[in-house]
Amino acid sequence: MFLAAARRTFIAIMPSIIEVKNLVKTFGDFTAVNDVSFDVQKGEIFAFLGPNGAGKTTTIKMLTTLLKPTSGEIFLDGKNIIHDQDAARRSFGIVFQDPSLDDELTAWENMEFHGVLYHVPKAMRRKRIEELMNFVELWDRKDALVKTFSGGMKRRLEIARGLLHHPKVLFLDEPTTGLDPQTRNHVWSYIENLNKEEGVTVFFTTHYIEEAERAATRVAIMDHGVIVDRGTSDELKQQTDSSSLEDAFIKLTGRDLRKESAGADAMRTHAKVWGRR
Amino acid sequence: MSTIYILWLRQLKRYVRSKARMIGSIGQPLLFLVALGYGFGPIYQKAGGGNYIQFLAPGVIAMGILFTAMFMGIEITWDKQFGFLKETLVAPVSRMSIMIGRTLGGATVALAQGVVIFLIALAIGFHPQFNFLWVVFIFMLLISMLFTGIGTAIASLIDDMQAFPLIMNFLVMPTFFLSGALFPLEGLPPVITLIAKSDPLSYGIDGMRGALTGVTAFGFFTDFAVLAAITVVVLAIGAYLFSRIEI
Ligand SMILES: Nc1ncnc2c1ncn2[C@@H]1O[C@H](COP(=O)(O)OP(=O)(O)OP(=O)(O)O)[C@@H](O)[C@H]1O
Ligand SMILES: [Mg+2]
Repeated sequence: MFLAAARRTFIAIMPSIIEVKNLVKTFGDFTAVNDVSFDVQKGEIFAFLGPNGAGKTTTIKMLTTLLKPTSGEIFLDGKNIIHDQDAARRSFGIVFQDPSLDDELTAWENMEFHGVLYHVPKAMRRKRIEELMNFVELWDRKDALVKTFSGGMKRRLEIARGLLHHPKVLFLDEPTTGLDPQTRNHVWSYIENLNKEEGVTVFFTTHYIEEAERAATRVAIMDHGVIVDRGTSDELKQQTDSSSLEDAFIKLTGRDLRKESAGADAMRTHAKVWGRR
Repeated sequence: MSTIYILWLRQLKRYVRSKARMIGSIGQPLLFLVALGYGFGPIYQKAGGGNYIQFLAPGVIAMGILFTAMFMGIEITWDKQFGFLKETLVAPVSRMSIMIGRTLGGATVALAQGVVIFLIALAIGFHPQFNFLWVVFIFMLLISMLFTGIGTAIASLIDDMQAFPLIMNFLVMPTFFLSGALFPLEGLPPVITLIAKSDPLSYGIDGMRGALTGVTAFGFFTDFAVLAAITVVVLAIGAYLFSRIEI
């Protein structure tokens, strides 16, 4: 009891690197993110969990300046990202949930492009590109066009690219989806190491709950656009009287499949056919 | 600076790698030169217009540039759809430099396209004067920038390529056909004259034609001033719309 209280005070006085206040995002009359507030401390590995359509990616898009919030405030490393987008962009890196490679470029060119955009000095850039591409076992395919890669290879390249510059905050939106267990383990060791050695704050989503249980210092669980619970993995297990975080997750978010989100997806496709946002 | 360079380089690499597109974009102007040039040549001559290829070639060069530039601009929509645009939009560089790099890349490709068509026209029997080539070049560059900019602005507003045929038929085609690329702008019905005069491509083609064959309808200064002014405005609008893209 005392320890938990002490830990909370400790966290409260640590500087937060991500600060989100009353964040809201609506698409038409659908509210994807509904009054969400949270803090992430410097050096944390923060897991952001939730069923399909919960609003995780939408939140990350707002945190990374790709979407403008309907209302609410976001501070990244002390900067208001709505008013100071350029400054905010200097402090983070991201691996997206959806594909984001240029298929018409080679694997190496994709890496190089990223390194130049993120101002990684040339010598360091070349060194890290080789290291990382070896790490994800793509170095021998470096001159192949990305369109000739398998899904898993593309994913590995995206992860390698996301790790090329060492930002203050690293956003990972389902980084390991589609990867085999060996690679997933491998990638997580690398991320944890980056966090330990360079103090990179990691903010990630995943549907592999055991990844959160293994790596995360704290977890927030989102459902239907709101955060339903948060705390350390142990706290969540205790509160829900579960033996694993996965059990706790299911207890907190229910067992039903997310039909509503399928409906919203269909509506979105429909809207696209008619050429409107 | 390095940002602009790498974005420029990417556009070039993508273009050079897609052989089908390169050949395709040369095919159409070539067809226009041969079919219209030889087809309408005799009639044009009889009507007292002189050698039609001389008249037509600058218009077809501009057409090649127009089509390629528009396409290079609108290509951003593909990047949106296939996800790569996200990667550039979250990078710690200003959206202005991204937009400039892309536009320069697209314009360079369009310009190169124009040069190739120019060479083809020479082979087909176009006899220009060569002493004002630099003026021609400036007009070609402005046309390239202008229409890449328009393409970028449009691409910032649309979400997928489904609107592309619409843009081709209601913007690109009229811009081309009503620009004085194919026929002289003198002695036309007032409505057509008015439309032609509000078509920025008219000024580009007139400037090129003036420098290549010595005949201009509006005068170099007007051509340059109008084209340059519109280009600046369009690029500013394009940069603004591009900076507001959300994904
Ligand atoms: N551009 C958009 N227009 C309309 N609705 C959208 C848009 N983007 C997201 N949504 C909706 O917002 C909700 C949240 O989507 P989001 O992608 O944030 O979910 P998620 O938590 O990342 O889910 P997943 O685990 O499947 O990735 C969904 O219902 C989705 O359909
Ligand atoms: Mg998601």
